[in-house]
Amino acid sequence: MSTLLQALSLSAGYNAALVAIGAALLGIAAGFVGSFLFLRKRALVSDAIAHATLPGVGVAFLVMVALGGSGRSLPGLLAGAALTAALGLLAVDWIARRTRLAEDAAIGAVLSVFFGTGIVLLTVIQTLSAGKQAGLKDFLLGSTAGMLMVDAVVIAAGGLIALALALIMRRPMILVAFDAEFAAATGWNLRRIDMAMMGLVLAVTVIGLKVVGLILIVALIIIPPAAARFWTERADHLALIAGGIGGVAGYVGTGISAAAPDLPAGAVIVLVCATIFTLSLLAAPVRGVLAALIRRRRFQIRVHLRQGLLAMARQEPIFDPLTLAVLRRRGLIRSDGVPTEAGRAEAARTRRDELRWEIARAMHRDDPAVASYDGLTPIDALLTADQIAEIDRRIPPASGVTG
Amino acid sequence: MGAEFVQLSLTPILIGTLSAIACALPGNFLVLRRQALIGDAISHVVLPGIVLAFLVTGSVGTWPMMLGAAAAATVAVGLIEAVRRLGGIEPGAAMGVVFTTLFALGVLLLEQSDTSRVHLDVQHALYGSLESLIWFDAEGWASLVDPVALAGLPPELFRIAAVAALVCLLTAIFWRPLKIATFDEGFAATLGIPTAALGLGLVMTAAVAAVAAFDAVGSIIAIAMFICPPAAARLMTQRLESQIWWSVLFAVVSAVAGYVLAGYGPLWLGGQDAVSAAGMIATVSGLILALAARFGPHRARQGRVRRDDPQPQSR
Amino acid sequence: MTNSALRLVARDGEALRRDHSGDALTITGLSASYGTRPAVFSFDLAVPKGSMAAIVGPNGAGKSTLLKAALGIMPRLSGTVSVLGLPLEEARDRVAYVPQRASVDWDFPARVIDVVLMGLYRELGLLGRLKPEHRARAVECLARVGMADFATRQIGQLSGGQQQRVFLARALAQGAGLYLLDEPFAGVDAATERAIIAVLKDLRAAGRTVICVHHDLATVTDYFDRIVLMNVHKIADGPVETVFTPENLQAAYGGLLATAQIEGLAHPAG
Repeated sequence: MSTLLQALSLSAGYNAALVAIGAALLGIAAGFVGSFLFLRKRALVSDAIAHATLPGVGVAFLVMVALGGSGRSLPGLLAGAALTAALGLLAVDWIARRTRLAEDAAIGAVLSVFFGTGIVLLTVIQTLSAGKQAGLKDFLLGSTAGMLMVDAVVIAAGGLIALALALIMRRPMILVAFDAEFAAATGWNLRRIDMAMMGLVLAVTVIGLKVVGLILIVALIIIPPAAARFWTERADHLALIAGGIGGVAGYVGTGISAAAPDLPAGAVIVLVCATIFTLSLLAAPVRGVLAALIRRRRFQIRVHLRQGLLAMARQEPIFDPLTLAVLRRRGLIRSDGVPTEAGRAEAARTRRDELRWEIARAMHRDDPAVASYDGLTPIDALLTADQIAEIDRRIPPASGVTG
Repeated sequence: MGAEFVQLSLTPILIGTLSAIACALPGNFLVLRRQALIGDAISHVVLPGIVLAFLVTGSVGTWPMMLGAAAAATVAVGLIEAVRRLGGIEPGAAMGVVFTTLFALGVLLLEQSDTSRVHLDVQHALYGSLESLIWFDAEGWASLVDPVALAGLPPELFRIAAVAALVCLLTAIFWRPLKIATFDEGFAATLGIPTAALGLGLVMTAAVAAVAAFDAVGSIIAIAMFICPPAAARLMTQRLESQIWWSVLFAVVSAVAGYVLAGYGPLWLGGQDAVSAAGMIATVSGLILALAARFGPHRARQGRVRRDDPQPQSR
Repeated sequence: MTNSALRLVARDGEALRRDHSGDALTITGLSASYGTRPAVFSFDLAVPKGSMAAIVGPNGAGKSTLLKAALGIMPRLSGTVSVLGLPLEEARDRVAYVPQRASVDWDFPARVIDVVLMGLYRELGLLGRLKPEHRARAVECLARVGMADFATRQIGQLSGGQQQRVFLARALAQGAGLYLLDEPFAGVDAATERAIIAVLKDLRAAGRTVICVHHDLATVTDYFDRIVLMNVHKIADGPVETVFTPENLQAAYGGLLATAQIEGLAHPAG
C-alpha cells in the first residue's frame, strides 16, 4: 500500500511520475474528446481507429529497419500508427457514405481487416528478425514497465497537446454534438468538424498505444462519457465530468500498476474506469438504475391504484391481479375483494377528482397545463382552491359525489 | 498437390473454411440488423472466458475453454443489454463499455495467474494458430478413406464441422421468422413470432460460432467473417436468399485464398517462413469487400427511409 | 351501493368473453407509457364486427401506442385485449397489422413479392413448402392494391404510396378478420389514398372489421362509420354521426384547433 501512495504522490521515480502525469493528461483528453463521439452516437468509430494502428506500427518498424535503424523508436512507430489509423478512419467514412452499408458494418470491417493485416506484418517481422520485435507486442496491451525516459516524455507531451487541442475545439464540437442541424444552419462545416473530432480521437489513441494498448485504448474514450452521462443532462458538463473520470482513471491506474509491476497498466486503467461506470450506473441520483427502478415501480403502482379506485367508484369488477394487490395492501379492499370503509371514501374522492378534471378540461380548453392531463395528477396540485370551488359549483348534483 | 498438401494444408484449409461459414451465416442477419459489432464484442470477451475457465478447472482442455468462452459471451450479451436498457446508453457505447471491461479483466487475470507453463496467451486468443492444425497421420489422398488415418484428424476439425452444421441447420429452420423480424420487427410480433427470443437466439448462435472459430483459428477471423463476407454480399444482390449464398462464397474464397497466400505467398516472394494465416484470411476478406464496395452491382443505397435517420412519427 | 355489487371478480377467460361476442376488438383498462409518462391511460374500447373505425386525436395523443400496446408490440402497464371474442394470443391468425411505412428500413434486400409472402407466415409455418398457389395468392393481393406489375421490383425502388400499398397487400395475404392500420394515408399520393380506401371498403363489405389510426379530420366522415376520439384518455367512441361533434373534438384537441375549424369539420354537410 505504501508503494501505491508513493506512486500516487509521484515519488516513485522520475519516469513513473512522468508516465502517471502523461496518463492522467491522456485520460482527461480521452474522456473529453470521447464525450463528443458519445453524444454523436459514434463511440465505436474509436475501436476501428485503434485497431487500424497495428499495421502502421508494423510498417514503421520495417521502414526504420530498412533505413538502418533499430526500428524501436517510439515517435517513429507512433507516426506509422497514426498514418494507418487515418487510412482506417477514411475507409470507415468512405464505406458509410458511398455504399449502402451502415457505419457499424464499416467499423467492424475496417477494424478486423486492418488488425488482420497488422498481424500478418508482425509475423513477417518475426521471421525477418527473430527476437528484435519483442517491443511491438506491447502495443497490443500496453506496457509501462521498462519504459525509456524519452518514451515517458513523448507520452506526457502528447497528452498535453491532445488536451490543449481538445480545449481549443470544444465550442464547435459541443455545438455539433448538441444540435448538428443547427450547427450546419449557422454555417459550420459539419464534415470538417466531425473529421477534426475524429482526428483528435486518433491523436489520443496513438498517444495511448504504448500505455494502454490498442485493444483497450477505446475504453478510455468510451467509458468515461458513458459514466458521466448518469450525472448530468448537459453536454458541456458531460465533457468536463468525463474528462475528470478519465484523468482519475489514468492517474490512479498507472499508480497502481507502478506499485504492483505485475499488473498491466492498461488493464488497470480500464478497470478503474469500469468501476466508476458501475457505481454511476447503479447509484446516480436521477438516471441511475436504483433511482429509475424505484420511480418506475411507484409509477406503475400509481397507475394501478388510480384505475382500481375509479373502477371501485363506478362499481365495476376488477380483474388485474396487481391492481387487486395494490388496493389490498393499502387497506382499500378486504382480502375477499370487498371495499373497506376507507376504500369507499378514497374511491369517492378519486371519482370526484376525475369529475373535476372533466369539467376543468371543458373550462380551461386552451390551457395546455390542463389539456395535457396525464390521468394521475390530483387536480389540487395544479389549480388553486378557488378555481376548484368554481369547478365544484358546476358538478351536477345528480352525480352523487359528495365531499 | 500430393501427400504434403494433404498432411499440412488440407485440414487447416477445411477448418478455416468451416469457421468462416459458421460466422458468415449469422453475420448476414447481424449486419442487416445494425448489430454487426456484437460479433466484435463477443470475440473480445472470449479471452476472459478462457482465463476464468483455466483458473476454475486448472486445465487447458478444450471443453473447459469452450464452455468458459461461451459463458463469457453469454454474460457479455446480458451485460450489454443491461447497460443499454437500464442505463439508457446507446448500443454502440454499451458494447464498448462491456467488452473493453471484460477484456481488461481477462488481461489482468492472465497476468496474475501462473499461466506461463501452459499455452495460454493473448496472442493465441487473438489470432490462433491455424497452421498447426495439421494431419500427422495422413500420407496422401488415400488417407481420406483410411480409418486409421482418419482417426488422427485434428479434433478441432470435428468440432468446427459440428458447429458449422448446427449454424446451417438453425439458419434453415428459422429462416422465415428471422427474415420477417429483421425486416419488420413490429409486424413479426403481431404474427406471434417471439422477436426478443429470436434476437437473443441469433446473438447466441453467433457466440457459439465465435467460440468454435476461436478454438480453431483465433478471434480475429471470427470478427472479420461476421462482417466482411455478408457486407460484401449485400453489395452484390438485392435478395436475401442470394445474399446468403454470396456471403458463403466469399467466406470460402477468403479462407482458402488467405491460407494459401499466407503459406505459399512468402515463398513466391523469396521469403522462407509463412505468415499468419488468420491475419491473411482477414486481409483477403477485406480485399473482397473493397472490390465489392467499388464495383458491386448493388453498392449504392436505395431506400428513401433509413432506420438511423429519425422520422417524424406520431405515437 | 351494496357490497355484493362491488364484489371484485377474479380474472378468468369467461368474464372477458361475456358480452363481447359481437365485437371484433375489445380492450379493457389498457394503460401504456413511455418512461413514466402515460401515453395511453385506462383505455376501454369495443369495436363491433363489420365496422370501419378511425382512431383520431392530436399529435402525441397515443393513437399508435394504443395499437402497438393492444397488439403486444410494446409492453402494457395494465389491461386485457380480446379479438373476435378470443384472447389475443389465440387470435393471432385473425389480426392483420399494417405498421407505419417509416418504421422499417426499405433498403432491406427483398422484392415486393417477398414482402407480401411474409403475410402467409402463419399458414406456412417454419418449414412449410411455398407452393405456386401461395405465390398466386400473393400476386392476387398485389393486384387488389394495383401493384401486380411490381411483384419482382426491389422494395427500395418504390415510392411512398407504393410502399404503403405493398404493406396493405401483405395484410390482405393474411386473410384476417380484423385489420389494424397505423396512419395508412400518411404521406401517400391521392391515387394511392383512393386505392387504399376502396380496398378497405371492400373488406368491410365482406364482413371484416377495419380500424385505422387516422390524422385527417376532413376525411373522417367520408371514410369511416365509427370513430374513437382520444387524447391519452378515451374522449368518446361510437358511430360517426353521434360522436363527431364539436364538443368531443374540442375535448380531444383543446386549443389545438380553432372553434370555427371544428364547427366546419363536424358539420361538413351543413
